[in-house]
Amino acid sequence: MKFLISMHINPAVLDALTDEEKAAIGDGHGAFIEALKKSGELITTQALVDPSQAAVVSVRNGQPVVTDGPFLEAKEYLGGFYLIDCENKERAIELATQIPDTAIEGLGVEVRQVMFADGQLEA
Amino acid sequence: MTTSAIEDLLRELTPQVLGTLVRRNGQFEACEDALQEAVLAATVQWPAEGLPDNPRGWLMTVASRRLIDQVRSDHARRERESATATEVVPEDVPDTDDTLVLLFLCCHPTLTAASQTALTLRAVGGLTTAEIARAFLVPEATMAARISRAKQRIKAAGSSFSLPEGAEREERLRVVLHVLYLIFNEGYTASSGSELHRTDLAHEAIRLARMVHAQLPEDDEVTGLLALMLLTDARREARTTASGDLVPLDEQDRTKWDRALIDEGTELVKASLAGPALGPYQLQAAIAATHDDAATAAATDWAQVHALYLVLERIAPNPMVTLNRAIALAETEGPQAGLALLATLDGDERMAGHHRLLSVRAHLLEKAGDAAGAYEHFRLAAKSTASIAEQRYLESRAGRGKMSS
Repeated sequence: MKFLISMHINPAVLDALTDEEKAAIGDGHGAFIEALKKSGELITTQALVDPSQAAVVSVRNGQPVVTDGPFLEAKEYLGGFYLIDCENKERAIELATQIPDTAIEGLGVEVRQVMFADGQLEA
Repeated sequence: MTTSAIEDLLRELTPQVLGTLVRRNGQFEACEDALQEAVLAATVQWPAEGLPDNPRGWLMTVASRRLIDQVRSDHARRERESATATEVVPEDVPDTDDTLVLLFLCCHPTLTAASQTALTLRAVGGLTTAEIARAFLVPEATMAARISRAKQRIKAAGSSFSLPEGAEREERLRVVLHVLYLIFNEGYTASSGSELHRTDLAHEAIRLARMVHAQLPEDDEVTGLLALMLLTDARREARTTASGDLVPLDEQDRTKWDRALIDEGTELVKASLAGPALGPYQLQAAIAATHDDAATAAATDWAQVHALYLVLERIAPNPMVTLNRAIALAETEGPQAGLALLATLDGDERMAGHHRLLSVRAHLLEKAGDAAGAYEHFRLAAKSTASIAEQRYLESRAGRGKMSS
């Protein structure tokens, strides 16, 4: 079963962390990625640029309208994701608990099953 | 020889050659790697240069050579490991059934179901890692890691290349059958995605089940599983429209059902029910045969379907079985009786928010004349499923109800 684990981050929360704590998050993700690769459960993982760099696109009367993002004005935004293929939802949740973000107050990790997939998986 | 004929031959030879290799050399994981390389070489060379005189011997020779190369290059590492390794090289026993031994090994209880299915398809099914990865819609690297991890686990468990005995053998055979059933289901109903059938996996599962049945013709559950697969696969063409929409059993064009598969499956299920043991696969096959036997949906012998579910519920209690019995009960005693049985599942954690419970309740509410309740439950069920085809179907059922109310 495929699941998307999305990481919702809050810059204010991240800024308040010490350098050691920030480094620990980086190391935690590194170790998590390695373990997922070895177990054959990782499909891909990506991290996104700051939402200030986002463009919100709509088309009105056939004309594109592009404004600076983000789409939602919120304290948290999508920072990145893991796309995994694992045994079941219980395992996906167990894996999610290993993501360092889950141990930090104010950061959110969400697990949702994939319903449709197409396109080249090998990057 | 055509490419597909060569592929069929390779798949047939794979477990035989692997069995012999492991008997001679031990080291299941190294032999399996070596054979995979030989198979890949064959898929390139045989179509271009023609089939060798002795394809089995060719694979043995090439795989053995790879194995020796591997052993040489791994020599230093193997030296270090040899102190802890417990590999016993068994004697060459020509007439024993290696396919079964391999299946038991691939379905080792320390592995997850996903690893068991992947390893079974490669070591016994003769599929390449790339083919398995495609079938499960994951990158090849992901599947390669999964198979490699599975082989390491088997090695760590210290399994010997022999059939387990007595009660353990029975238990392991149930795992093997479950893995074949999972492969079939993955092919028949993709667990996610827009494609409802992944034909190759369903056919591969049937091929493997035939292999096991040929080895164990007296095992009634093996016979039952093969029958269940055939009786289910017989409806494949009728199960979806040209545009990929799901067609429920009672609306299927029964002239599209594969009579040959139904006849074969029905014979098998009769034979298995006449045997001494009664198990869940035989009962599920008998239920499938009862449906396949009805010329029209209205002619379905629901009393028999209900009776079979009742026995199944007794020998293998499971909320899904109760759910299916509720549908049959609604046909024989009316929708209220079915709804009352469904109500007994409400406290079951395994069914909480399950789309099947929601959709069956919607179906029975509709039959009972509660259009608003049916609409609400079809909508909830559509939100709960991970299959797009099923979601489209459930949304259309909700829409249908709304129009008539």
